[in-house]
Amino acid sequence: MAKVPEDLKYSKTHEWVRVNGKIATVGITDHAQSELGDIVYLDLPEAGRILKIEDQFGEVESVKAVSELYSPLSGEVVESNTGIADKTETVNEDPFEKGWLVKIRMSDSSELDTLLGAAEYKSFADEGGH
Amino acid sequence: MSSIEIADGEPLIFEKSRTGRTAANLPECDVPSIPASLLLGAENLRNNLPLPEVSELDVVRHFTHLSQRNYSIDGGFYPLGSCTMKYNPKVNEKTAGMPGFACMHPLQPEETAQGALALMYELQKMLAEICGMAAATLQPAAGAHGELLSMMMVHAYHRERGDEKRNIVIIPDSAHGTNPASAARCGFKVKGIPSNERGCVNLESLAQTVNENTAALMLTNPNTVGLFESDIQEICRLVHEAGGLVYCDGANMNAMLGITRPGDMGFDVMHFNLHKTFSTPHGGGGPGCGAVSVQPCLEPYLPTPTIKRIGKGASAVYSFDTDRPKSVGKIHSFYGAFLIAVRAYTYIRSLGAEGLREIGENAVLNANYIRARLTGHYDIAYDAKFCMHEVVLSANRQKQLNGVRALDISKRLMDYGYHPPTNYFPLIVPEALMIEPTETESKQTLDKFIDAMIQISKEAETDPELLRSAPHNTVVSRLDETAAVKNLDLRWEPLFAE
Repeated sequence: MAKVPEDLKYSKTHEWVRVNGKIATVGITDHAQSELGDIVYLDLPEAGRILKIEDQFGEVESVKAVSELYSPLSGEVVESNTGIADKTETVNEDPFEKGWLVKIRMSDSSELDTLLGAAEYKSFADEGGH
Repeated sequence: MSSIEIADGEPLIFEKSRTGRTAANLPECDVPSIPASLLLGAENLRNNLPLPEVSELDVVRHFTHLSQRNYSIDGGFYPLGSCTMKYNPKVNEKTAGMPGFACMHPLQPEETAQGALALMYELQKMLAEICGMAAATLQPAAGAHGELLSMMMVHAYHRERGDEKRNIVIIPDSAHGTNPASAARCGFKVKGIPSNERGCVNLESLAQTVNENTAALMLTNPNTVGLFESDIQEICRLVHEAGGLVYCDGANMNAMLGITRPGDMGFDVMHFNLHKTFSTPHGGGGPGCGAVSVQPCLEPYLPTPTIKRIGKGASAVYSFDTDRPKSVGKIHSFYGAFLIAVRAYTYIRSLGAEGLREIGENAVLNANYIRARLTGHYDIAYDAKFCMHEVVLSANRQKQLNGVRALDISKRLMDYGYHPPTNYFPLIVPEALMIEPTETESKQTLDKFIDAMIQISKEAETDPELLRSAPHNTVVSRLDETAAVKNLDLRWEPLFAE
């Protein structure tokens, strides 16, 4: 079964969020990478880009399909994980740690309350949410 | 690299090359010859072109071997959903090969090309009648090109009316990926809307989405889940009331031939895939035709030239009309892929109106037969009372219970001698297996295929590894799709390259 770490927040579009002060690290979930299959290409935003919640901020391409990435929070991109551009398998192998995608400086941390907790996300994904 | 070989040992044509070997034996030149370097200038001559030097027999064997690796509808059942892999009658090739058509030059005078002009004119009229619209063009080279042209005409329509703020094209989440690409290529922003629990357009979310910025809705009907959009008239009304136009992706037109018409449902523009619905050859990079049909409101924007007829019957005279000030312009060299039009014309004329209706009926009947016999063995996506020309299965059950995915089932089908169905599309169905039998397959063929599918569902329970490692009986076994994308290496490099 797909891993769903307890300490993270989740979106219904299968991104995870790890909060550290004002900075939120965002990636895609183990469930998402498993559904997508082998990831072959990542399109990530440059630092400085301003995102609103639910904005499309990039794309992830697997052998099966191209999927959009949606920002779970509003804020400014402070860093993208460009180091994995030619090691995209990192997202499949370690989606919650080395396979993170962007770090966002949150502009409205109350938006965190709109995200799902681990238990909620787990039942959402198990019901076939996709 | 010099030793790339196709799995069973067929070398590349370059590797068969032997210096000085040739396929042609020309007589000695009887006029004085001048070295090419003098004619072109030595600096314009390349000396290191590694062209293969082979005999005629080398060439024939090489390409015959390659063609034997190919899987084609002439060789077996090809249930590739959304692609309408029907049999292409050989009479199409006979007419397209007639010297009067095949040896024409696109620049020859109109008065010497009356037969060809008449055929294009007639085919456009037939397509317009089949879909219930006013006019058609044969210029687009393929379905996605037809989508792009449609969006260009929608854009021109709104601009002409001074309605330039309309920059949003609405597309359901079940759409073909080419729809958003075509709209975006034309400068529109794409707004997705979710499907409802029946797999159809969600009327509420459509009503909330349409507004004064709506340029068009792009909709496939029957949709990619293989279901008819039964609210289609209400859908068109909502978009029209907001001032937008409605485009029909005609990929699934086969299901409706002779039974119902997009123009009557309220669509303003649609594309046909002549290679799907009207039995012209599929793909291979060859010429195609994504004919587009329009209602009167879009007719002025059709690509130029259109074809004009003056007079009737035997005294009719056909000519190209380039005086089209509102046209979006030319979107293909000359007049599109003319010999493809000849094939589609032949197909339509050889079937007639009744024959076309039987295509629609039998395409739907065949899909429902498969659906009925596979119910219980696989989950049916958005299970409705019946489906249209294709049925979308989900291997979700096999994935949950046996760890076998849609891809594994597809690969295993190859062991049974079938081309796999479309998998992982539409995206809204998890582990999708999309099966479109078309009308040209017999009950016996369908039964054998269904038996194989049932057998595979049993194998998934008893021997899942057999599926996960399939195919086993093919020339090559499971390919590494990830490596194929990540480590593209398509070019053979000669040993003596710089």
